Amino acid sequence: MNFDLTPDQKLLESTVASFVKKEATVSRFRALRDDPVGWSKSLWKTMAELGWIGLVFPESAGGLGGSFVDVAIVLEQLGAGLVPEPFVASVLCAGTALLRLGGPEEHEAHLAPLIAGDTSLALAWAERGGRYDPTWVETTAIRNGDEYVLRGEKVFVLNGHAADTIVVSARTAGNPGDSDGISLFVLPRDTAGLRIKTIRTMDGHKAAMVSLDGVVAPASMRLGAEGAAAPVLDEIMDLGAAAACAEGLGVMRAALGMTVDYLKTREQFGLKIGTFQALQHRAVDMFVRAELAKSTSILASIKVADPDPAERRSAVSAAKVELALCGRYVTQQSIQLHGGIGITDEHDIGLYFKRMHVLNALFGDEEHHLARFAAQPSF
Amino acid sequence: MDLSFTPEQIAFRDEVRAWIREAMPPRIREKAAVDGHFEHDEIMAWHRILHAKGWVAPHWPAEWGGAGLDVTRRFILTEELELAGAPSLSPFGLMMVGPLILQFGTDAQRRRFLPKIVAGEEVWCQGYSEPNAGSDLASLKLSADPDGKGNYVLNGQKTWTTYAQYADWIFVLARTDKTAKKQSGISFFLVDMKTPGVTARPTLTTAGTPAFCDTFFENVVVPGENLVGPLHGGWTLAKALLGHERTYIAAVGMSTRVLRRVKRIAAATTERGVPLLEVPAWRSRIARLEIELLALKMTNYRALASAELGHAPGPESSILKIRGSEINQQCYELAMDLMGHDALSWHNEPGTIPEHEASVPPQFQYARAASIYGGSNEIQKNVIAKLILGLPS
Ligand SMILES: Cc1cc2nc3c(=O)[nH]c(=O)nc-3n(C[C@H](O)[C@H](O)[C@H](O)COP(=O)(O)OP(=O)(O)OC[C@H]3O[C@@H](n4cnc5c(N)ncnc54)[C@H](O)[C@@H]3O)c2cc1C
Ligand SMILES: Cc1cc2nc3c(=O)[nH]c(=O)nc-3n(C[C@H](O)[C@H](O)[C@H](O)COP(=O)(O)OP(=O)(O)OC[C@H]3O[C@@H](n4cnc5c(N)ncnc54)[C@H](O)[C@@H]3O)c2cc1C
Repeated sequence: MNFDLTPDQKLLESTVASFVKKEATVSRFRALRDDPVGWSKSLWKTMAELGWIGLVFPESAGGLGGSFVDVAIVLEQLGAGLVPEPFVASVLCAGTALLRLGGPEEHEAHLAPLIAGDTSLALAWAERGGRYDPTWVETTAIRNGDEYVLRGEKVFVLNGHAADTIVVSARTAGNPGDSDGISLFVLPRDTAGLRIKTIRTMDGHKAAMVSLDGVVAPASMRLGAEGAAAPVLDEIMDLGAAAACAEGLGVMRAALGMTVDYLKTREQFGLKIGTFQALQHRAVDMFVRAELAKSTSILASIKVADPDPAERRSAVSAAKVELALCGRYVTQQSIQLHGGIGITDEHDIGLYFKRMHVLNALFGDEEHHLARFAAQPSF
Repeated sequence: MDLSFTPEQIAFRDEVRAWIREAMPPRIREKAAVDGHFEHDEIMAWHRILHAKGWVAPHWPAEWGGAGLDVTRRFILTEELELAGAPSLSPFGLMMVGPLILQFGTDAQRRRFLPKIVAGEEVWCQGYSEPNAGSDLASLKLSADPDGKGNYVLNGQKTWTTYAQYADWIFVLARTDKTAKKQSGISFFLVDMKTPGVTARPTLTTAGTPAFCDTFFENVVVPGENLVGPLHGGWTLAKALLGHERTYIAAVGMSTRVLRRVKRIAAATTERGVPLLEVPAWRSRIARLEIELLALKMTNYRALASAELGHAPGPESSILKIRGSEINQQCYELAMDLMGHDALSWHNEPGTIPEHEASVPPQFQYARAASIYGGSNEIQKNVIAKLILGLPS
C-alpha cells in the first residue's frame, strides 16, 4: 500500500497552501462575512486560472482531468483557511450535474465559463421534508407542450444567492421518495418566477431559500432524459460528502495547530498551560482523532470514484461519520482549551468550530450516514 | 427517604402553575412559547412581577425578602418557572453576591444592598476574571490601595464580565496586599458602576451577541464600608461564592426545557414523511440524554437538600458543574442535529425555519462557554481529585 502523494500532488498541495496563506486568509473571510456575496469574484477567477476548477472535469469537457484525490488536496487547504469561495456548490455539485447529464452544447454553454472562472453555479436539491434524501422532491415540473411549469421550494441552496445559473431538481413523474421521475432544469437566475432569498448561515457563509412560482422552462433547459436524474444526484451527494470530509480535515488540522500553539504560550499558575498533563493528553487525543479522520477521508477520496455504488457509499458514509465524531471533538476541545477567548467573535477558533458544524450537517449528517452504512450489502 | 409529593405539595405546584399562566405578560409568553431570546428589560420586568408575588428569591430567608419556602416547595417553584420558559433572572445578585452578603456582610451592608437586589432595583455583575487570571484566579492584579481617608483606590482590568453593560453594581476581587502569598492578599469589594473611572466595553461572542465586557478601573474610589468580610480575607468569600455559582450552573431547568424543545423538533421534523421522533435511532439518542439529565437532576436535588440542612456547597458542586455543562451542550447539539439543514441558519429571517427552532443555533454556540466559565471543567476535575479523592498534587 502506498499513501504517498505523487510529486505533482505534493506541488499542488504546497501551491494551494501558500496561495491560501497569502491571498485567501482567515482575516479576508472575516471581512467578507458582511459582504452581500460573501466571496470574491476576482479570487475565484484566479483560482480558475490556477487550474483548480478545471481539475474536476475531464479533458473532453475542457477540464484538466484530475482525480478526486487531487480535488481533496485542494479542498483540505481551502478548509484550513476557511476559504468561502463556492468550490463545492458550484463546481462539484452543479458542475457534475451538467457534466453527467448535459451534452456538448451544455458543456460549452455552462462548463466552459465555469472552468474559466467567469461564472458560478448552484444546485438546488434539498427540500424541507426530505432532510438529506435528494429523491424527496415535491417540486413539480408539469409538461405543457414544449415547456415545463415548475412549482415548489428548495431550501439552503449553497451559493444560490450569488450563482449566475441554478440547476433545480423537480418531479416530472412519480411521488416524493421515488427514484424515477426526477429531472434537472438549468435556470438562469433572472428567470421569471424564480425567487431567491439570501440567508446567512451560521458559519458566516451565505446561501439561498429558492422558490419556484410557476417558472416556465422550455424543454431545452432540461438536462438529459426526462425523469432520469436520480443516480446522478446520488453520486453528487457522495461527492459533496467526500468533499466535506476533505475540507473538514483542513479545518481540524488548522484548529489543532492553533490550539497547540496556544497551549505553548498561555500561562496560568505560573506555567505554560501546555505543561498540564490533562491538557497534553487532550491535545494528543485531538491529534489522534484528526489522523483517524484523515485515514477515512483518504479512503473516501479514492472510493468516491468507484464504479460500484455500494463500495462508494460504504466508504463515503464511514468517512462522513468519522468526520462528525472527530471533527466535533477536535473543534469543541479547541474552544475549551482556549478558555474565555475561545467564546469571543474576535478570535478565529470559533469560526473553525462553526464551519465544522456546517460541514457535519451538509450532504448527510452522522445519523444519516450511520444508517446508510448499515444498509449496504457489505455490512 | 421519600421522593414523592404530598397532596399539599401538589396543590402548591398547581397554584404556581396557575399563577404563572396568569401573571406572564403576553410579550413574554409569546417568546417563552418559542424559547426566544429575552432582552434585559424583559428579564427585569419579569423580575418585578415575581417580586410582587414574593417569589423572586426562593432560597433567601423571609426576613430579607425570600419566599420562606421549604426545600421541596423551592424545587417545585423553580422547576415550574423553568418549565414555563420564564426568563431566567440575572444570577449575580440573587444567586451570588446576595447570599454572600447574607453570610459575610455587616448588618448595614445587608440593609443597604439586599432589598434592592430582591426588588430588582439594582442589577449586579461579577468582576473576578482578569486577562492573566482566569483559571488561576488567585494571580489577579486589580489593586485596591487605602487612600488614608477610609477609602480604597482601585486600578486595573477585569475581563469577560457578563452583562456589565447593564449592571449598576459590580463585585470584585482586588489585591490589597502585594507582599502576601497569592491567596492571602485579596479582598472582596462592592463597587458602584457609576463611580468615576469605571468603564465597561462589550465584546461580541461567537453567538453574535454582546454578552460580556472588558471592565476597566482607573483610580476608582471605593468607600471602606464596601469591603465585605475581613481585609485580605477575600479568598474565603471567593470560594464560597464559586460553590453557589456551580450549584446554579447545573442548569437542570434549562436543559429540561431544551430537551422538551428537542422532542418538539423531533416530532415536527420529517424524513420521507416520517417524524424523527418515531425513528428508533433518534428515540434512543433522546432517551439516553433524558436519563442522563434525570441523574443530574437527582444529584442536584441531593445538593440542594444538603444545603437546606445548612451545609455550605462543598466540592461536590463540581460534579454539577461538570455534568451540567456537558449535558446542556449535548442537548443543544442534539437539537442542532435533529434540525438538519435548518441548523445551518444563523441570524434568522422570519419564515426561513420554524420559529421554535430559530434561537437554537446561537444558543448552541453560547453553550460551549458553559464548560469554561465559573471555573473550567478541567479545574473542577482538579478540585474533585484533590479535595474528594485526596490525590496528591
Ligand atoms: C498482560 C500483561 C502482560 C505483560 N507482559 C510483559 C512482558 O512480557 N514483559 C515485561 O517486561 N512486562 C510485561 N508487562 C508489564 C507491563 O509492561 C507493565 O505493566 C506496564 O509497563 C505498566 O507498568 P506498571 O504495571 O508498573 O504500571 P505503572 O507504571 O505503575 O502505571 C500505573 C498507571 O499510571 C499511569 N502512569 C504512569 N506514569 C504516568 C505518567 N507520567 N503520566 C500519566 N499516566 C502515567 C499508567 O499509564 C497506568 O495507568 C505485562 C503487563 C500485562 C498487564
Ligand atoms: C461566556 C463567559 C462568561 C463569563 N462571565 C464571567 C463573569 O461574569 N465574571 C467573571 O469574573 N468571569 C467570567 N468569565 C470568565 C471565566 O470564569 C474564565 O473564562 C474561566 O475561569 C477560564 O479562564 P481563562 O478564560 O483565562 O482560561 P485559561 O485559564 O487560560 O484556561 C485555558 C484552558 O486551560 C485549562 N487549564 C488552565 N489551568 C489548568 C490546570 N491547572 N489544569 C488543567 N487545565 C487547566 C482551562 O481549563 C482551559 O481549558 C466568563 C467566561 C465566559 C466564557
